[in-house]
Amino acid sequence: MEPIRLVVGRALPLPRADVDTDQIIPSHWLKRLERTGYGAGLFEAWRRDPGFVLNDPRYRGASILLAGPNFGCGSSREHAVWALHDSGFRAVVSTRFADIFKSNALRNGLLTVELDDATVALLFDAVRADPAAEIAIDLERRTFEAPGVHARFAIDDYARTRLLEGLDDVGLTLRNETKIRAYETARPDWLPTVRR
Amino acid sequence: MGSPARTLSQKVWERHVVHRAHGEPDLLYVDLHLVHEVTSPQAFDGLRLAGRGVRRPDLTLATMDHNVPTDEHPPEDISARQIEAMAVNAREFGIRCFPVGDANQGIVHVISPQLGLTQPGMTIVCGDSHTSTHGALGALAWGIGTSEIEHVLATQTIAQAVPGSMAITVDGTLPSDCAAKDVILAIIARIGTSGGVGRIIEYRGSAIAALSIEGRMTVCNMSIEAGARAGMVAPDDTTFAWLEGRPFAPKARLWELALDDWRSLPTDEGARFENEVFIDARALRPYVTWGTNPAQSVTIDGAVPDPDGIGDEARREAARRALRYQDLRPGTPVREIAVDAVFIGSCTNARLEDLRAASEVVRGRRVRAGIRALVVPGSMRVKSDAEREGLDRVFREAGFEWRDAGCSMCLGMNPDVLHRGERCASTSNRNFEGRQGPGGRTHLVSPAVAAATAIAGHFALPSDLR
Repeated sequence: MEPIRLVVGRALPLPRADVDTDQIIPSHWLKRLERTGYGAGLFEAWRRDPGFVLNDPRYRGASILLAGPNFGCGSSREHAVWALHDSGFRAVVSTRFADIFKSNALRNGLLTVELDDATVALLFDAVRADPAAEIAIDLERRTFEAPGVHARFAIDDYARTRLLEGLDDVGLTLRNETKIRAYETARPDWLPTVRR
Repeated sequence: MGSPARTLSQKVWERHVVHRAHGEPDLLYVDLHLVHEVTSPQAFDGLRLAGRGVRRPDLTLATMDHNVPTDEHPPEDISARQIEAMAVNAREFGIRCFPVGDANQGIVHVISPQLGLTQPGMTIVCGDSHTSTHGALGALAWGIGTSEIEHVLATQTIAQAVPGSMAITVDGTLPSDCAAKDVILAIIARIGTSGGVGRIIEYRGSAIAALSIEGRMTVCNMSIEAGARAGMVAPDDTTFAWLEGRPFAPKARLWELALDDWRSLPTDEGARFENEVFIDARALRPYVTWGTNPAQSVTIDGAVPDPDGIGDEARREAARRALRYQDLRPGTPVREIAVDAVFIGSCTNARLEDLRAASEVVRGRRVRAGIRALVVPGSMRVKSDAEREGLDRVFREAGFEWRDAGCSMCLGMNPDVLHRGERCASTSNRNFEGRQGPGGRTHLVSPAVAAATAIAGHFALPSDLR
């Protein structure tokens, strides 16, 4: 994972609630074996509508998705995060994220920023009024700056450090190899194995 | 002094902590890792790139379900490539796999309990959000993404922040025409699509205790549709009777040891939940979703709601969008909505009990002309068990297609899809836009309502027929 410290750019407003991962990337894209190349599938069904915000030239090149509540609900497909990343998004802002989506995002260098209802409402207004408004998200300082909005956001220390340093999760865990081995020797005998 | 009162999920969590440090998520041991063809290929590639192996192939089971054909036609090239990749990865990394054609193949959440691999007190993960199904047996089970799959394959552990706790108590006797599906649809309608975010739900109360294990699986399965990390039911005598004698259940002395342990798992008297919800089972009715998220539902006696009557702006706007997508008018009685297709299947409702319930309704009747009706058993074992009871004949004679096991029309990855504009009564778990095929319209119902709807041509209860 590439380290991520600062996300500076414009935001694309998508105020719909409960945007599920089937909308972010439809299931037929999940037949692929690769980890990249999902950009064209992002919001594939909604993009058929010329009026959909992703087709609005004023928001072209946005790197921040400003989303409605409960963004990323539904399926566990990490392809949803890959599709956003492949489309140039480096952060998603919402009042609330679905658990699995958030976990997937933070493992792929896509920053999820949770802000309160009033701040997100202000942001939607700011971005609609001026699509070129510049937004700066500083992960190190946990600050969020947009025209008329100065906020701090919460993110747990562990996730933040991993993002800042671009750490490999497996490598981190394997530092506890001795503990894992000790745990394994103490597991009860009745637990099943799938051995033939 | 005794130890403090703890909940079921806290007990299971605590006994799996491998490493705990301040400011870090807990590192939990994974007792069983279930793998399927769709979300795993990139994880195996990651292992290869890093030169890593699978730490515990003996605690890892693979099958093929999401993308497999359920009829006699071969899969299209891109799907065949993914199915083949699963077989190759399983071989290369020494993982046991039940491929297409195997008597044990089926939907991952159907086969593991059926084999007795899912047991009380275990931690189970899978790259699929409906992993919460396994909570029906008192296991702590949740869905993970592909990066986490790679992590579990390599380390047999997963890093997780301690979730919140929520109790949903359903008391009283369910009306005879209500099923487990109606219980969970009622719960989601009550707490909303994000009511469970960041929490593990424990389902309790006399109505839950009265459910079969199959019914409890239906309830736990849809925990994720309320946003919950997992859903669980405390193991009891129903659980133990269901497990005993299954191929991977403990035997003889180990069974007795396991049983002693499992009896210690239920939530202690006086344990506190951060959040509690109470539901009166006697007041429930069969539910039908009208919208494009599983919280948008009404009872079958109701009508399509008017978005103007919804106070919250975001929910009002979502309802307007949903009605446009679903092509429904406010005030239309649910029973007057006609369907083009009926799907009985998925990890929610494709176990033997579900097929029995549906077959009772269609026995000796005919599917309404023009309706495409599919039964897709949850596993090849469910299929052969059902055939032994003659259910395949009942469905076929009524005009249903009788298929092989797989996820099928639940998520529209294989050729079993709705066509644009088609409306479907479905026993699956998600009514998202395009879920069953681009432009398709989904209404979630129980197996009995799906069956009655196939006969009537519009939403109906079994008691409405004739």
